[in-house]
Amino acid sequence: MFSSFMTNAWISGTVIATLVGVVGFFVVMRASSFAAHAIPNGAFAGAAGANLVGVNPLFGLVVFALGAALGIGYSSRRTRSDVATALALVMMLALGAAFLATSNEYEPAINALLFGEILGVSSSEIVPVLVLALVCALGLGVLYRPLLMSSISSELAVAQGVNVSLIDVAFLVVLALSSALAVPVVGALLTFSLTIGPPAAARLLTSRPHRALACSVVLSLLTLWAAIASSYWSNLPIGFFVGTFSALVYLVARAWDVTRRRRLAHVVA
Amino acid sequence: MVGTDLLKVEDLDVSIAGRMILRDVNFRIDHGEFTGLIGSNGAGKTTLLRVILGVQAAARGRVSVHGQTLTRSNSSVGYVPQKVVFEPDLPVRVRDFVALGLDGAKLGFARRSRQNLELVDEMLDAVEAAALANRRIGSLSGGEQQRVLIAHALVRKPELLLLDEPLASLDPGSAQEIIELLHSVVVHQQVAVLMSAHEMNPLLPVMDRVVYVANGGVASGTTDEVVRSDVLSALYGHHVDVLHVHGRVLVVAGESDHAKSMVADHPAVIVE
Repeated sequence: MFSSFMTNAWISGTVIATLVGVVGFFVVMRASSFAAHAIPNGAFAGAAGANLVGVNPLFGLVVFALGAALGIGYSSRRTRSDVATALALVMMLALGAAFLATSNEYEPAINALLFGEILGVSSSEIVPVLVLALVCALGLGVLYRPLLMSSISSELAVAQGVNVSLIDVAFLVVLALSSALAVPVVGALLTFSLTIGPPAAARLLTSRPHRALACSVVLSLLTLWAAIASSYWSNLPIGFFVGTFSALVYLVARAWDVTRRRRLAHVVA
Repeated sequence: MVGTDLLKVEDLDVSIAGRMILRDVNFRIDHGEFTGLIGSNGAGKTTLLRVILGVQAAARGRVSVHGQTLTRSNSSVGYVPQKVVFEPDLPVRVRDFVALGLDGAKLGFARRSRQNLELVDEMLDAVEAAALANRRIGSLSGGEQQRVLIAHALVRKPELLLLDEPLASLDPGSAQEIIELLHSVVVHQQVAVLMSAHEMNPLLPVMDRVVYVANGGVASGTTDEVVRSDVLSALYGHHVDVLHVHGRVLVVAGESDHAKSMVADHPAVIVE
């Protein structure tokens, strides 16, 4: 499991889980789960298109994920956000289907794009993955307080002088980049389970924003590491394990929260 | 500082999507005054507050604080919006939320100074919410959340506090507590309060001045100057009676040709 050919999986998995843990914290805070589902599908179409024209799939992933994010951001100012996101999603899925139908990809490669592949990041892509993750982390670090404020209440943030439109677009760009990094490993269809499950669980475990953010990263790392190991041993797609473990992490956190509330209510009574 | 103009609204017209919402609005607010912004739903109260806050552009006119044209995110002005929905699971304590009133617009991470943390505690004390400091904000009742929103707005030490219908959806007991709290803020912190409401009676004991919004115009002055049949008839464009019953004021609609002629001559009424 720790042999040399798995090194890329552990490195890229660790970087992706850390980044997605932070991004997911804000996705859940901002109720942007639908965008977190739609953007990886945009990335999927990009990878399919890149394969078709023979360029690095990471390039296609980044370009199409950014296109989807900016399209959602632009359209959301003119129509309902969920409608804009749904339209971006179906357009990207349609493009992906067309690219795959036109290309000579083997079925395993298509499955890997959709459901994940622990060997999805090649050695040559490790450095670009690290650089993009660093860019995202820096962006989130700079935006942290206005992003947190606008996630709690955009109206209050505007009143405090936060340029909420700019924050919205900047966050979508970070979400796009993190999705582009996650899709080759976790798969387009299940990337968003990692973006939602651990962060949603983290907010049940602590009432402090900084701790919830840290907890989200830890749970995300544990989920992805466990998924990589399980995929290695079982030969099943990693996306299956990421989706299942993400849901389990949330269910355990919810059960803990319910138990804690009942105990508190009992003490008060 | 009491007695000098803090906020001055002059010749203000506001239109949204080509529709005139407010026209020829004029009024002023002094330091340490409690002003009620009264009007029915849809009268334009929220729009007026948004213009004062600098997030809604005016078609004409000027809004100034201390004689300086107001810019967006002016730290002299605090704001409590009409409705903020906090999810029960939101991982933000009351203390964190109030602290974001201080630095929520600043870029980057920063460890909060002891001075700022003390300021947060001071504001929570001022709104009698110190006991709630470590609770999740989404777990509070409506009245408790209003107190915390007021602390969030006051923590930057504004001179003017704008509140958009803070009593909406509160039970009468909680509403009365919020009014008393705001009156205490006006008296002890010398913060001017401009608070919108569609019902003026709960505010009568504490209101120094009223800005009455109806039919696209406003009438402003003391309650006795504004809440009169002739002034409100001119504002509404038809006859209204103002009845005083057991210390409460009732504004009752009626018909009068005289009122119509008054409106034609005076589209906005200012009583100063």
